[in-house]
Amino acid sequence: MQGVSLAIQPGEAVAIIGQNGAGKTTLVKHFNGLLQPTSGSVWVGDWDTRDKSVAQLARRVGYVFQNPDDQLFQSSVRAEVKFGPKNLGMPGDQIETRSQEALRIVDLAWATDRHPYDLSPGERKRVALAAVLAMDTPAIVLDEPTTGQDHVGVALVGEIVEGLKSQGKTVITITHDIDFCAEHFERVVVMAAGQILLDGESRSVLAQADLLARSFVEPPQLVRLAKRLEMDFVPLDIVEFIEAWLKSSAR
Amino acid sequence: MIKIEQVTYRYPAAPSPALRDVSLEIPAGQFCAVVGENGAGKSTLAYLIAGFIPHFYHGTLAGSVLIDDQETSQVPLNQLVQQVGLIFQNPFNQISGTKFSVREEIAFGLENLGVPREEMEERVLSTMERVEITDLADRHPLALSGGQMQRVAIASVLAMRPKVLVLDEPTSQLDPIGSREVFSAIKTLSDVGETTVVMIEHKLEWVAVFADRVIALSGGSIVGDGLARDVLTDERLLEKRIGQTRYTQAARLARQRGKWPSALPLAVTLDQAVEGFKD
Repeated sequence: MQGVSLAIQPGEAVAIIGQNGAGKTTLVKHFNGLLQPTSGSVWVGDWDTRDKSVAQLARRVGYVFQNPDDQLFQSSVRAEVKFGPKNLGMPGDQIETRSQEALRIVDLAWATDRHPYDLSPGERKRVALAAVLAMDTPAIVLDEPTTGQDHVGVALVGEIVEGLKSQGKTVITITHDIDFCAEHFERVVVMAAGQILLDGESRSVLAQADLLARSFVEPPQLVRLAKRLEMDFVPLDIVEFIEAWLKSSAR
Repeated sequence: MIKIEQVTYRYPAAPSPALRDVSLEIPAGQFCAVVGENGAGKSTLAYLIAGFIPHFYHGTLAGSVLIDDQETSQVPLNQLVQQVGLIFQNPFNQISGTKFSVREEIAFGLENLGVPREEMEERVLSTMERVEITDLADRHPLALSGGQMQRVAIASVLAMRPKVLVLDEPTSQLDPIGSREVFSAIKTLSDVGETTVVMIEHKLEWVAVFADRVIALSGGSIVGDGLARDVLTDERLLEKRIGQTRYTQAARLARQRGKWPSALPLAVTLDQAVEGFKD
């Protein structure tokens, strides 16, 4: 990463996209102190990450790993999801409620007593997500949450993101699923070669096909369709597309 | 050719079968995509074709799998791997962990096959070019990003030039244009190299553009089999959680409002959507 400056406000929903090796994961690992900048600084609220331990930063920023196998280490789903809140020093009854709620949200209440490694990769990914949701941090970072999920799983992750947004949480998500990105994130940061290439409202960022291509990203399906139809509009979801199309064809 | 005849398979200690009475013929050179919800049996089908079932996963297997008229259960795995290459869902499981550069990692399979040194070098270089990782040649395979590692895993299998290539979500961690490029490279292999391809994928847009045929699995059974435009727009398959492209969703919504041309099937690709929406 080189010369990166970025400010994310509380309650913002930000997607980070860009080519493999662009530095997306490297960037977010600075948010919870897993990495420290060689030069420059990273602040989480009024904390300089250089002055805080990863354990302290975990109170403010939850991080769900890209590969759940890097994160999961307990012998039951229950223990896995309780581990984080317990470490934050939550009272026992709250740990119980939070962890049950988190498993319900990721649709894994049925798997509470299972060993994480008896679950499918997609399900393990949702265990990793629940383990961080249970910690109830003000900011949450999801590293490619839709990988390995079927379309129902992707829709579920979308609902979880919407739920976090409505609770006023800061949601930062790395993703290659640009359609998912368009539907759930108001702001998009595009990275290429360790730098920020674009940063702005998703409607303006996701329409810039030429710049996106420099980071191996294409506009969402519906944005490409609207462009081919020469519609003067950037639709971010199906309903927006249809309404704009009906209007343009009525004209 | 791959021929699967009435296969039912249950993993050891599993309460119910992962595949139920599956029969399938895939002609040589066909690019066949397999879609379906998590737990539908897609990876199990991949393991079955690659011979990991029954050679590695024991369990209970009924029916037979033939690769070019040879029953996979009768061919030792070390011979089978020369015919069928399997690319795992998680590239971490593919990378040997014993090599210090991408170049050596890709050569690893060829060393085991006893490929002569000069040919090995040529194959390693051309495969790296094909999947566009030449610039990673001297990097440590385990120090790469998820997507870069996935390309190395693909290259390590392609270099062995298997007749049958089975890929389990090979683009899951790739950037969008990188995913399309992998699809395109695989398509070329099947068109020009006559490699038979079975590719498990959730990226339906590229499945629809590149695959010759789409097989939909649900609950261990085949519930759809045909051209992408038929299978991926099938109303009856909506409840089977196969998924749809945004083009199909938009076309379906337009049809509900009486605005999709009645003569046209619903769209699955961008070009088809443009055709339906242009007037």
